[in-house]
Amino acid sequence: MSRANYRNGMPGDTTATPIRTTVTLSAPNRGRTRPEPERPAIESGDARRRLRAAEMALLDEHRLLTGEELAGLAELPDQWVTSLAALAHQVRLDWCGPEVEVEGILSAKTGGCPEDCHFCSQSSRFDTPVKATPFLDADEVLQAAEETRAAGASEFCIVLAVRGPDERTMQRILELVPMVQEKTGLNVAVSAGLLTDDQARRFAAGGVHRYNHNLETSRSFFPNVVTTHTWEERQDTCRLVRDHGMELCCGALIGMGESDEQRIELLVQLQELDPTEVPLNFLNPRPGTPLGDGQPVAAWEAIRWIALFRLGLPGVILRYAGGREVTLRELQSMGMTSGINALIVGNYLTTLGRSADEDLQMLSDLRMPVGAITGVL
Amino acid sequence: MTGESTAKVAFCTGCGSMSASCPGCGRTLDPPRFCPTCGRRLTVAVTPGGYRARCREHGDLALD
Ligand code: SF4
Ligand SMILES: [Zn+2]
Ligand SMILES: [Zn+2]
Repeated sequence: MSRANYRNGMPGDTTATPIRTTVTLSAPNRGRTRPEPERPAIESGDARRRLRAAEMALLDEHRLLTGEELAGLAELPDQWVTSLAALAHQVRLDWCGPEVEVEGILSAKTGGCPEDCHFCSQSSRFDTPVKATPFLDADEVLQAAEETRAAGASEFCIVLAVRGPDERTMQRILELVPMVQEKTGLNVAVSAGLLTDDQARRFAAGGVHRYNHNLETSRSFFPNVVTTHTWEERQDTCRLVRDHGMELCCGALIGMGESDEQRIELLVQLQELDPTEVPLNFLNPRPGTPLGDGQPVAAWEAIRWIALFRLGLPGVILRYAGGREVTLRELQSMGMTSGINALIVGNYLTTLGRSADEDLQMLSDLRMPVGAITGVL
Repeated sequence: MTGESTAKVAFCTGCGSMSASCPGCGRTLDPPRFCPTCGRRLTVAVTPGGYRARCREHGDLALD
């Protein structure tokens, strides 16, 4: 059960009489979102002080916040989420500019993955409705890239459900990347799991401009959700991507049972990796997976964490990724003014998204220009 | 062949149960995963602009 009654206390000024409203918790999703921590009571003067300090650090001193500062912001009561979001939006404009980067993704090889990531419907270890399908042929990949371009995107990511690429997969990807680039003019990114040093070098030389490899969650929580490889192995691949001169895209998945502290831990670990892009996923519980009975993160909580990710990672391309429709519903546009500056349009790897037109309309309504963002920082 | 005596049996495309109107599968953001005719798992390719769902026995599913 999601609890409406954080014992936050009301803002501390003496004139305020706490307004008691009896709210009937009848909203359809009320009982079906992930439980949230009880946050401590914080007086409004203290809350404002923490926000001002963060603003000073990010906008005046132009420096990263520490884990401690981020933890202080993470515990602000719910009524301060709009203030967090407003600051995050200002930080995003100041560090990244107004453009929003639009991307399409394609699962070019689906299912049958030997790894056991507990959130993933593509693991062969779980009995899920997703059937393993072989590598799509080049025409299908090209057509998907065309769909992506038609949706106004500048980025296209080819994703494979593998532990890491074998030699045949390497060769197929190295054929596809320049082909897609030439025929569509899109920037082509790849996500194909753990890499060796040599594989990273070959991808970089082969025109892969950005490589996706997610940490997903903090080092301390990772063993709870993946046992077939380690967090450190993921970190190694992320470092190789950077070492070989590709842009690193390193995402997070929120809502697997990690604590607030562990989310902050992940933020600091991401700061150390210094990725170009961070796709922010929210758990969309998949039937048949160990996390299949989980509940989605509440929308307001998701806005809080979008803002905190922007405040923790001021210069990254922070991308809306999987789970946003389910988690945020009507609040999707609010995420765009809470720190998000990129999105995946259209469908995801194994699930569907809302239409690209709806997203483009949203961006137009928000007066946010669509454009490629590269080399931030 | 699945051994049903009539062609009337229909399956939920969300979970494969023997009910076309399975109450548990009101998911609008999932492509079909099971063949409505035979209940087999479908080969599904999701692309940015759509999806293709194919049954080994019954071929491509018409898009909605
Ligand atoms: S490695 Fe990727 S595809 Fe494989 S189970 Fe983990 S998340 Fe899924
Ligand atoms: Zn069903
Ligand atoms: Zn069939």
